[in-house]
Amino acid sequence: MNQTLNSHRRSEGFRHNKLVQAWLVLLLAIIFGSALAAVQVNLSDVIAANKLNESLEQVPELVWGAAKAAELVENKVRIDIEPGILTVDTDGKKTVYHLFRVSMDRTLAGWVIRAGGQGYADKIELLIGLSPDAGKISGLFVLEQKETPGLGNKIIFSQWRDQYIGKDTQTPLTVTTGRSNAPDTIDAVTGATISSKSVTDIVNLTTRAVNGRLASVEYVKQ
Amino acid sequence: MNELPTPFERFVQGILPENPVYRQLLGLCPTLAVTNGLKPALTMAVAVGAVLLCANIMISLIRNLLKPHLRIVVFTLTIATFVTIVDRVLAAYMYQMSKTLGPYIPLIIVNCIIICRCEVCASRQGVVTAAADAVGQASGFALALTGIAAVRELLGTGMLAGFQVLPEAWPAWVIMVLPPGAFLTFGLLLALVNYISDHRSRKNA
Repeated sequence: MNQTLNSHRRSEGFRHNKLVQAWLVLLLAIIFGSALAAVQVNLSDVIAANKLNESLEQVPELVWGAAKAAELVENKVRIDIEPGILTVDTDGKKTVYHLFRVSMDRTLAGWVIRAGGQGYADKIELLIGLSPDAGKISGLFVLEQKETPGLGNKIIFSQWRDQYIGKDTQTPLTVTTGRSNAPDTIDAVTGATISSKSVTDIVNLTTRAVNGRLASVEYVKQ
Repeated sequence: MNELPTPFERFVQGILPENPVYRQLLGLCPTLAVTNGLKPALTMAVAVGAVLLCANIMISLIRNLLKPHLRIVVFTLTIATFVTIVDRVLAAYMYQMSKTLGPYIPLIIVNCIIICRCEVCASRQGVVTAAADAVGQASGFALALTGIAAVRELLGTGMLAGFQVLPEAWPAWVIMVLPPGAFLTFGLLLALVNYISDHRSRKNA
């Protein structure tokens, strides 16, 4: 009698166990997780190709600026874009940068480097245009972001990101919330200081990482 | 307990009598945010519709297994999965549109129309009713979104879905494609819908 009561209690305890009650949630999580993995496997190549196309379209503007780039595209001037990979080893941590070496008439015109980092909401991915000696920033484009609409997502507009153009890469850029005329400062987007800082941090980190290492880029054979 | 509505009733209710935007005032974030053009509004409506249909069917299929205190978790999990799939499909096949809509696609996860339909209909009724309900509500949402977007794009740019409709001389009311235009248009259309339904019910009385 006592024994059956005990086993009954045990089975009651089993049924009231939080993890057992959540069996449907756990099962669904596994099923949905695998479904999402399958979607990712099937679509990631297409999405990566879309991104590459968009990056290539942005290259002239990032190297020469909007006005000159539009002129070059209109006159159908031949621009050579060589995709390459640069592995940077800082303090034992390896970072791989995908970049483009941009040249016209066989002379180096500049570099476009893809770099990413954590933003306020999600990952931010940037394309950073650099002068041939990597001494100055020649352009900035936001490839991917999911910042707050109406605040942080203002980082995508050229009015904001154009302030990076012409900045020196030798000194790290700092973000200010008030108007400042100092040469190494970036005005934050109002109400989105973290998003602005994230972008600036990615730029600083990237320019410092690639500085003096652009000779060792491995080019992808096409 | 009253008898639950039939599939046909669910479908019809979603379009006008219980229109998610005009009558229930749900899902207003995308309604205000992505209606500055007909194309993004239509894409958003289709995306929400697809997620709503899939989530309603899925929840309806497992409705007898749901534990009352864990149901919201299951709803959210289901909705988040379908939203992520829609987000990836858009990024793969409509890349520019996916950039235009930006974070509003992942934000469908917290769109209360969908969680409301899972709670009100799908977790209580069969698959056919749940699907009919989803199609009805999605049509109602699409109707509301395209209505607002059409007014805003037409007055703000003189175009519809990118095609010039009004004569070039039309002085584009830029405010209509800016955020205030969303509130103005939505408020006026809401007043219009209320006026019409008021008028009708008085006639019937």
